[in-house]
Amino acid sequence: MEENILEIKDLTIHYVTDEETVEAVNGITLTLQKGESLGLVGETGAGKTTTALGIMRLIPDPPGRYISGEIIYKGEDLLKKSENEMRKIRGHEISMIFQDPMTALNPVLTVGEQIAEVIQLHHKISAADALIRATEMMELVGIEGSRHTEYPHQFSGGMKQRIVIAIALACDPSLLIADEPTTALDVTIQEQVLDLIENLKKKFGTSMILITHDLGVVAEVCDKVAIIYGGEIVEYGTLEHIYNNTKHPYTIGLFGSIPNFNEKTRRLKPIYGLMPNPADLPDGCTFAERCPDAMECCRSGKIPNIEIEPGHFVRCRKYQSQGGETDGE
Amino acid sequence: MENDVILQVRNLKKYFKTPRGNLHAVDDINFSINRGETLGVVGESGCGKSTLGRTVIHLHERTSGEIYFNGKDISDVTKQQLKVLREDMQMIFQDPFSSLNPRMSVSQLIAEPLLIYKKCGSKGELATRVAQLMDTVGLASRLASFYPHELDGGRRQRIGVARALALNPQFIVCDEPVSALDVSIQAQIINLMQDLQEEMGLTYMFITHDMSVVRHVSNNILVMYLGSMVEFADSEEMFHQRLHPYTKALLAAVPIPVIGAKKERKLIKGEITSPINPGNECRFAKRCPYAKERCHQEIPQLVEAVPGHFVACHYVQEINQL
Ligand SMILES: Nc1ncnc2c1ncn2[C@@H]1O[C@H](COP(=O)(O)OP(=O)(O)OP(=O)(O)O)[C@@H](O)[C@H]1O
Ligand SMILES: Nc1ncnc2c1ncn2[C@@H]1O[C@H](COP(=O)(O)OP(=O)(O)OP(=O)(O)O)[C@@H](O)[C@H]1O
Ligand SMILES: [Mg+2]
Ligand SMILES: [Mg+2]
Repeated sequence: MEENILEIKDLTIHYVTDEETVEAVNGITLTLQKGESLGLVGETGAGKTTTALGIMRLIPDPPGRYISGEIIYKGEDLLKKSENEMRKIRGHEISMIFQDPMTALNPVLTVGEQIAEVIQLHHKISAADALIRATEMMELVGIEGSRHTEYPHQFSGGMKQRIVIAIALACDPSLLIADEPTTALDVTIQEQVLDLIENLKKKFGTSMILITHDLGVVAEVCDKVAIIYGGEIVEYGTLEHIYNNTKHPYTIGLFGSIPNFNEKTRRLKPIYGLMPNPADLPDGCTFAERCPDAMECCRSGKIPNIEIEPGHFVRCRKYQSQGGETDGE
Repeated sequence: MENDVILQVRNLKKYFKTPRGNLHAVDDINFSINRGETLGVVGESGCGKSTLGRTVIHLHERTSGEIYFNGKDISDVTKQQLKVLREDMQMIFQDPFSSLNPRMSVSQLIAEPLLIYKKCGSKGELATRVAQLMDTVGLASRLASFYPHELDGGRRQRIGVARALALNPQFIVCDEPVSALDVSIQAQIINLMQDLQEEMGLTYMFITHDMSVVRHVSNNILVMYLGSMVEFADSEEMFHQRLHPYTKALLAAVPIPVIGAKKERKLIKGEITSPINPGNECRFAKRCPYAKERCHQEIPQLVEAVPGHFVACHYVQEINQL
């Protein structure tokens, strides 16, 4: 049996203010094995970044609140760690590439200094050695090490993104969380970044959570996929399960919305309507309002998570008569 | 059957003056669009797509070249002529957030072009036309008094479409109209735009960096690289065979949502040529895996490599074994 590096159980995170409660993440459960890559896919506001920040224990509080759940990393619950312990884990054990990488860099420090700073934070080595290590990291992401004396504005968008990746990898993390690392990049640069991430995975056995809304990117680099909607994972399984045996009406809708690159389609099949407001989620299935297959029973109660084939979970009443339930009812 | 050309552009150039010299944002572009069709314009960030669109409809003054609209030379127009032209040529912008005045309600935003162009005689007529436009683009009438910040991106883009349609234009430059939207909303807007095109016989210049979207919407595709035109063909022909090394790399880099679709990555590396005072060489030469001596010494001209398929590459025959 493979070793689980990360096990998230029933994680629920809300943003609570005087006016409203945003139910951003609602009972997320997933596991990640060593060396595995999981694609966390969903549209704006689905709760992807909240999940990622939740794992890092970087949810702003207030207004953010952990309502329930466990985040078991290498056998220990991160939610029970002190801030001090978490600081050692962040950037050392678990690294995150933030959604807006361009703001993650300090404009007044050279890129070499920025990478070296992270290395020194986690390893007891001299400043000179840290800088040597930093130039090696730059080479690794395909930027000449001699350019370590340059400032962020001297690099192109794609190069800045690779520097952010170099910083995230500077301490050989066991787990890398990448929040839309290529969304702002041109496809030819995206290709370079994906190639780089994949090489690192092979070389160091890094596990990864890749957050994106691009099903094409997921097909290229992930082993597992979690489709997230309204703060819940509505479908979860291997790449094979999600792409070749798509079950949840929302996932089917997502695939139907993408224009086909390989042949000309006459008309797209968009999903009707809009995502519900996470401060006012409907009862029952959060997708029911937009779902072409919705039934009366979808509009109330807790929707069961059904294991439709081993390792393939669908949160949908349509499949209630099939497969074993894991929760709900 | 003779083609009904609505827009023709010849040797169009737009240079921006910068402290370091002339920035060749659009350099010698040629194309024409038939009435009721869509020209897709693709290329990566900064290659000059928006500048091309804006120059064509006189939102930028061109540096040189000619523009013909409905057979008439509109390369130089007076303010008065431009105002008349503007009714026929409109634009939809990428960012529905920043292109809408936040202090105006949905109905005010849609009424604005009608008021400026004095298209409605009475208040009643104006209200009817606004309601009709809202209906056309799928905005519920209860949203009339909402402000842009109260709406999601998809609805904001519907306002942008309604404003562009208000004066009954013939031609619309759509500058990345769906790039800021989620895929499910993107599909709704693309379908809307295609329906409107069919119903009203609209002609689009559709600017995008999304290769799947461009295939879906276009009749013809123009590929740009650093201000110049590298390839032009019918959409199906382009997807059947791309002849320019840059187009090959560009399309090969698109991640496809199918397991095992990933091909060998043909990473294009190398230095990007500066668009400021570019030299006498192919703009792609520094990154091109096929580049030879000549590519660094001579700008390749656009030639019809196979019937209807235009490519600017010295070695197009050789590379593609034509
Ligand atoms: N600090 C905060 N305070 C209040 N609400 C928040 C906060 N951060 C996020 N939210 C809300 O929580 C929900 C989930 O947000 P999250 O950023 O996790 O989504 P996401 O899936 O990452 O979306 P995107 O694709 O836009 O990045 C959204 O409705 C968002 O508005
Ligand atoms: N008003 C301006 N003044 C000076 N340079 C400009 C101006 N507008 C655009 N440019 C430059 O012209 C070139 C082309 O820009 P343009 O915005 O047309 O590219 P684009 O293909 O639309 O890019 P994107 O995909 O990022 O929107 C770029 O190098 C840009 O920096
Ligand atoms: Mg996010
Ligand atoms: Mg642009």
